[in-house]
Amino acid sequence: MARALIRVPPRARRGEVIEIKALVSHIMETGFRHDQYGKAIPRDIIQVFTCSYNGAEIFRARFYPAIAANPFISFTTIATESGTLRFDWSGDNGFTASESAAITVE
Amino acid sequence: MKALALALLLAASASALGDERRSGYEFMSRESQAMQDDDAANPAMLWALDGEALWKSGAPACSSCHADMKGVAARYPAFDARLKKPVTLEQRINVCRTEKQHSAPFKYEGKELLSLSAYIALQSRGLPIAVTEDANTHPYIDAGKALYEKRQGQLNMSCAQCHDQYSGRRLAGSMIPQAHPTGYPLYRLEWQTLGSLERRLRGCLAGIRAQPYEYGAPEMVELELYLKVRARGMKLDAPAVRP
Repeated sequence: MARALIRVPPRARRGEVIEIKALVSHIMETGFRHDQYGKAIPRDIIQVFTCSYNGAEIFRARFYPAIAANPFISFTTIATESGTLRFDWSGDNGFTASESAAITVE
Repeated sequence: MKALALALLLAASASALGDERRSGYEFMSRESQAMQDDDAANPAMLWALDGEALWKSGAPACSSCHADMKGVAARYPAFDARLKKPVTLEQRINVCRTEKQHSAPFKYEGKELLSLSAYIALQSRGLPIAVTEDANTHPYIDAGKALYEKRQGQLNMSCAQCHDQYSGRRLAGSMIPQAHPTGYPLYRLEWQTLGSLERRLRGCLAGIRAQPYEYGAPEMVELELYLKVRARGMKLDAPAVRP
């Protein structure tokens, strides 16, 4: 299971712009490298990251081989209601990881 | 209030006395510094979290003997009275691993050893490096100093030539820091992973085209000990980020 680190403000005012940060552990092997015997190292990357806010998708990103290991994503959204933010990563070799965080909107 | 004023005065006079030592953190770009400062952006924290999980598992778990590890990482390498030699934090973890948990030692640069050392080092963040200089460690510190100053490899260079003489200048595009190991284990952007001081030293040795010492070799321990003596009093910022 991949480890993920999420930073969501625990509380916010309604209508406030909040910053969300998501870091996940992944090697992001490009597929372009070779090992010491000259054999190609197969690609192993995260392909899609999504964030949903109370079930509605608010952010989606596609990842490519040029993205560094342990990808870090930071984005903003508007705090509309209390609830849960859910983060999902999926990629090569059936990789999946998910994490969620609660937010209270006043 | 008076105490605070006195502390400020002392701090001011300390810098006026001219401690010219600077950690690798101060040589970094603002962006890399921001990455290290924010625990949600510092990838090394992923290892620290794994380390915490490891710390609480195992039979017996590390946490069943050890409570607070605050300040421990700042004291290593430390002299082990039973082994009659100084040991690094990684070696100390493996002593517990083999003798108390009766398991095979963790591999150098393996996920487990890096995670545990990151978790332990994190608990000493902000504390001054405080390795012991006494009759036991002196011969090893002297040996480390000799290694630091010894020219070696096809380029016939010593650590001191780069890190004392040319620190602050550039080696191709990279800044040459003063070689104060304040942040290990650290996430190196070039490595795209966490690594130990020994990995860094092996990189330097390969760079001057010398035969790198093996992980855990006596020379490694002596060099690490000497570097920590050189950096004594500087604040640990482990697990750090470096370019």
